[in-house]
Amino acid sequence: MNQPLTLFTDKLSAAWRFTAQNRKVSVGIAVVAFFVLMAIFGPVLVHQDPTAFTEDLLLPPSAAHWLGTTQNGQDVFAQVVYGSRVSLALGFIVGILTTAVSVVVGVVSGYFGGVIDELFSLVTNVFLVLPTLPLAILLAAFLPYKGPLTLGIVIGVTGWSWGARVMRSQTLSMRGRDFVEAAQARGESPFRIIFFEILPNETGLVAAELLGTVIYCILAQAGLEFIGLGNPSSVSWGTMFFFAQNSDALLLGAWWWFLPPGICIAVLGAALALVNFGIDEIANPRLRTERARKPSLLNRALGTSQTSAQLQEDLA
Amino acid sequence: MRHLLRRAAFYVVALWAAVTLNFLVPRLSPGNPAQAMLSRLHGKASPQAIHALEILFGVNTHDSLWTQYLQYLNNLLHGDLGVSITYLPAPVTQVIMRDLLWTLILVGVTLIISFVIGTLLGAVVAWRHGSMLDSILPPVFTFLSAIPYFWLALIFLYIFGFTLGWFPIYGGYDADSTTPGMNIDFLVSALQHAILPAITIVIGSIAGWILGMRNTMISTLSEDYVLMAEAKGLSERRIMLTYAARNAILPNITSFALSLGFVVSGALLTEIVFSYPGIGYALLQAVENHDYSLIEGIFLLIVIAVLAANFLADIAYVVLDPRVRHERGRA
Repeated sequence: MNQPLTLFTDKLSAAWRFTAQNRKVSVGIAVVAFFVLMAIFGPVLVHQDPTAFTEDLLLPPSAAHWLGTTQNGQDVFAQVVYGSRVSLALGFIVGILTTAVSVVVGVVSGYFGGVIDELFSLVTNVFLVLPTLPLAILLAAFLPYKGPLTLGIVIGVTGWSWGARVMRSQTLSMRGRDFVEAAQARGESPFRIIFFEILPNETGLVAAELLGTVIYCILAQAGLEFIGLGNPSSVSWGTMFFFAQNSDALLLGAWWWFLPPGICIAVLGAALALVNFGIDEIANPRLRTERARKPSLLNRALGTSQTSAQLQEDLA
Repeated sequence: MRHLLRRAAFYVVALWAAVTLNFLVPRLSPGNPAQAMLSRLHGKASPQAIHALEILFGVNTHDSLWTQYLQYLNNLLHGDLGVSITYLPAPVTQVIMRDLLWTLILVGVTLIISFVIGTLLGAVVAWRHGSMLDSILPPVFTFLSAIPYFWLALIFLYIFGFTLGWFPIYGGYDADSTTPGMNIDFLVSALQHAILPAITIVIGSIAGWILGMRNTMISTLSEDYVLMAEAKGLSERRIMLTYAARNAILPNITSFALSLGFVVSGALLTEIVFSYPGIGYALLQAVENHDYSLIEGIFLLIVIAVLAANFLADIAYVVLDPRVRHERGRA
């Protein structure tokens, strides 16, 4: 029984080695860590109330206000730091929950096949094809309470389908592998096979899904808050956009108001995407730049694991 | 044929799901917010219009859910989406039709531009796998793809519209000096107004095509037929475009269809920033005015547009990939 555990720690240390070696992954993780630390400890260090009105109206960046002030004299730097809390917390929590849903739907659908698969796939594909933002707006407009819960539900409902689709096709290709058939022959329960045999082999894919979904959640949240579907009394990057847009920050030339939250979102999103690419390179050796363009025959004879490119083909 | 029929059947199911969502969401939401909206409407709209809206949202009715559903579908089939509160007494269909052309042209043209350029760039980058180009472009576009569309739009608007004054900063045409129609002044003005939003959408969406194409292309490049083509001594360009890219593009068409909804969403937000007179801007006004019938109408319309575009992509796929034509219906 100890074997899976040592296997797991082996994998973990291998993953760590790769993290340290792969520049994309290490840079990405460092940037994400910076934002997480800012969200957790930033508000403790910044002694300015992000919502307090002051006399300093619409000032450009200065020593007193590092990123200037808003039309009501609120400190933009304090807003960015406090706002990271709401934006990151919602992004990661909703991202994790949404990924969990898509993993369960995708794996169950791919493993069982038959009627379950037909049904799950149909629902997944319908949600995949419905445009996310209009659906999110439809849901958010009718939910009576504006706030993180509404945003979370809306983003989750619109964001799970892509991951489910990818997980399904990967599971489909796993189902016929020897170790799964061996487990079935041993009489293992489907639950055990799915979560202890198949899922551990899809860790890289799940991680990639998680990162992609977190990016989606942060972007979607900012978009929905921008058009006024968030809670305007809470400070987040998206509500900063909302107030900047509604106060015509642009026409007042107040670039310091709408520039910082956007840069934060873009840098954080790019960092997450970098980690994602690194993971893709682990799973798909062909994408590694240090290799020659064409893998050697030996390499091909050994057979690489299913690549994201092949996966995309499966989606066709 | 069988493949396309299956796809068509799927789109009908997807459309039905969207219609049913439209029907259920107001009825299931706690304290149906449409009710408050309707009570404000008395005396302002005709009794028929109010009744149509009541059917739309399930207000003031003692009918069973099932009867309401049939009534709702019946209205929908007659093209009745209710009146818009924002543009009283104009029906929702009229408001949508007015704005649809703007969005269709802007988003349609930019989508095709960004898909073509992105796919080509992706093929070239993959061909030069490991070169300077390949090590610079993907990270740059990764960064671009993580930028919210509307923020990019704000930046462009600030730099090129507000500070430099190269482009107009508001609307879809100059309403003071031109009249909409087939005249040069108007078309030039409309083009001027469209350039900045178009660039925003292209830059915001191109990264996906480049990275997707690059990854499938790299896999394709290690196929035997590419090696064979090289062995035959064919020109690089020919191998790249007619051997590798031609096969690598297939999965990209699928992802083109799938990410359509996402790109359209981004385009809607871009329209809002530029106050562009399309569907996105109408959607923002609908949200601000709690114009639920307009929100539902726009949702339905965008769903239909996206489904239609998906079906076109399916047809393109069948034309391009003989395997699908001969293989029997793979959904």
